[in-house]
Amino acid sequence: MNQPASAYFIEERHDPNETHTLAVLVQNEPGVLARVIGLFSGRGYNIESLTVSETEAQKHLSRITIVTTGTPMVIAQIKNQLDRMIPVYQVVDMTQTRRSIERELAMVKVRGQGEHRVEALRLADAFRARVIDATTESFVFEITGNTDKINQYIDLMRPLGLVEVSRTGVAAIGRGPEGM
Amino acid sequence: MSDKSHDPNQMTGAAMIVRALIDHGVTDIFGYPGGAVLPIYDEIFQQSEVQHILVRHEQGAGHAAEGYARSTGKPGVALVTSGPGATNMVTPLTDALMDSIPLVCISGQVPTHLIGNDAFQECDTVGITRPCTKHNWLVRDVNDLAKVLHEAFYVATSGRPGPVLVDVPKDVQFATGTYHPPRKSDVHRSYAPRVKGDATQIRKAVALLAGAKRPVIYSGGGVINSGPEATRLLRELVEVTGFPITSTLMGLGAYPASGKNWLGMLGMHGTYEANMTMHDCDVMLCVGARFDDRITGRVDAFSPGSKKIHIDIDPSSINKNIRVDVPIIGDCGNILGDILQVFKAEAKKPDIKTWWQQIAQWRARNSLYYKKSNDVILPQHAIQSLFEATRGRETYITTEVGQHQMWAAQFYGFEEPHRWMTSGGLGTMGYGLPAAVGVQVAHPDSLVIDIAGDASVQMTMQEMSTAVQYELPIKIFILNNQYMGMVRQWQQLLHGNRLSHSYSEAMPDFVKLAEAYGGVGFQVHKPGDLDGAIQEMISVKRPVLFDCRVASLENCFPMIPSGKAHNEMLLPEQANDEATAKAFAGGKALV
Ligand SMILES: Cc1ncc(C[n+]2csc(CCOP(=O)(O)OP(=O)(O)O)c2C)c(N)n1
Ligand SMILES: [Mg+2]
Repeated sequence: MNQPASAYFIEERHDPNETHTLAVLVQNEPGVLARVIGLFSGRGYNIESLTVSETEAQKHLSRITIVTTGTPMVIAQIKNQLDRMIPVYQVVDMTQTRRSIERELAMVKVRGQGEHRVEALRLADAFRARVIDATTESFVFEITGNTDKINQYIDLMRPLGLVEVSRTGVAAIGRGPEGM
Repeated sequence: MSDKSHDPNQMTGAAMIVRALIDHGVTDIFGYPGGAVLPIYDEIFQQSEVQHILVRHEQGAGHAAEGYARSTGKPGVALVTSGPGATNMVTPLTDALMDSIPLVCISGQVPTHLIGNDAFQECDTVGITRPCTKHNWLVRDVNDLAKVLHEAFYVATSGRPGPVLVDVPKDVQFATGTYHPPRKSDVHRSYAPRVKGDATQIRKAVALLAGAKRPVIYSGGGVINSGPEATRLLRELVEVTGFPITSTLMGLGAYPASGKNWLGMLGMHGTYEANMTMHDCDVMLCVGARFDDRITGRVDAFSPGSKKIHIDIDPSSINKNIRVDVPIIGDCGNILGDILQVFKAEAKKPDIKTWWQQIAQWRARNSLYYKKSNDVILPQHAIQSLFEATRGRETYITTEVGQHQMWAAQFYGFEEPHRWMTSGGLGTMGYGLPAAVGVQVAHPDSLVIDIAGDASVQMTMQEMSTAVQYELPIKIFILNNQYMGMVRQWQQLLHGNRLSHSYSEAMPDFVKLAEAYGGVGFQVHKPGDLDGAIQEMISVKRPVLFDCRVASLENCFPMIPSGKAHNEMLLPEQANDEATAKAFAGGKALV
């Protein structure tokens, strides 16, 4: 073992990483998002995607959806660390429940002419993307789907004159009649 | 005049703060004034129920409040002004977070309309303290203040205790609103720490304990935080099971050091028997401790053959560093009570005679051995003398951080909880002196001693002035080795003996310094003079700086070299240059 001169155990363990989507129900109060994000940056956790919006205005409840990666032990830590924050009501691991639907919305601007323009429209049709803005030399498409589908669509648009992308990040909800 | 002026609950924000302190039973607070808290100081001036202790630096207020809290089990309260007052609190807040100490800090803030304007003495206090508090609040409306203050006390003291901060803009302190006494609905509905342990898990734990052949109990600060009942139950569990018990630095005193099942502290500078027992056990019961890296050493070699039961009130402590077999989430006192009840009803004391024989062999290695001298005071000997001289009394010990801290943990025998205040998680030099101030405020008639290092004590020395002002007869017992000993030890072991900036040059004359503050100074060089001087120190009813000159190159053993397992400890008699070099092999150039 090659431990350098330190009072800390420096070698890291490398368990395989997993990607999990977490739904976090919080009290909508000033600073709550800063707390959640600060937890991730402070403890070195990853955020792949984060969305947040008030979901029940009368009760001041917001829902934060976070996509994160880590070893199973780290994912468990993240959930526990979130759960112990004072304004957090509930943390649900949407990936672990295996019964969730995830969607993301993207707006994709493509600029081009001639064959490229026709091809872009054809692909949009295949992906059920809608045209929400058009000029003689550009389109803005709106596409909804899971992250993979959107990534794939963006990759296809790249050679056709991709200009810019704006994505909402992932929102997730459980299947079936029960609430969270 | 409106009717409202007759309503006793109508008052200014500043008055609400003092009123809330009184309603929460607070009798002493530690603070430092400034522009943004003057309305609160004005209220403090006009009442006599809450005593305010004026410190000399806000860090001192924080550590004093910590000492107060740890020695009483009640929350400590600090009051600071905006800007620099608040930033000076960052160290004690972080310290309290790491060691789970209930602390309520009230900070002043610039008026609400100036927030965000870079106003004079403005800083983003809630932003800065967010990662170093359990929770914090900025109160923008005086009518929210009562609720927030009550919630703050509840959050600080319930569940896993910790520091909280309430930031109150100056206009909110001046504004008049409605106060209400504490009530249940003041608390976030989302905050509900679990107290009672899961019954199935408790049964599983008892089954493991009852079937153990090589058990060990490893307890931590959580037992002390849980309160006197948890300590009593822990002792009873040891009695009923006959199991050996060790503890973390934070947990010392929960089981008495004179108890026959006591193995001494475990971890990096723990005893050989404690670490070997942890390494070779088949069932480990961890109560209110968190498998910190100073405890586990190399994690993949940590107690490889054992089934582990972990009792903790904080679910995020479970499986953080070490995977455990039976986690039980809840309050240690509550769960220990349940475990005892099931154990007594359904199990009997396992026969672990051979295990104790094995432990006796480890004990016989005498891992705390050191060589006494007639010419120079050994630091270990100084602590032992201090212990002998104070053991009959109600004595509270605080420490700074370094070798002296580890020697205090190794050689001072703690018989009761709440008597030992040390900065464990953060390792804050400068903690001990102000902590002693806080302890002495809480226990005016007890003996309060800060076991200090020559370097650490200079970090918060100014609180001697506080001690003198309030006639707090704290005893600062400095193990003066003229080095940052712990830094020097690592440089010797790990960095080729290049003693980069670890020598304490230009040491002050501590005797004169004590006198300059209006305290009493002692200096002792010779082992023969030590006991007499300690007696004299104890009899002095004023703050004391005791300059105990000790062997300057003594190192702290035993030690688990980093990256090594518990069974690879370096014992004092082996700590010659060659063995040390081997134990730390893989490092840079070695001693
Ligand atoms: C605020 C702070 N700065 C730096 C350190 C790193 N550090 C740990 S021990 C130590 C030396 C302490 O020296 P002293 O107080 O004389 O104690 P000794 O080890 O000599 O007993 C230092 C610098 C620390 N723990 N805290
Ligand atoms: Mg020193």
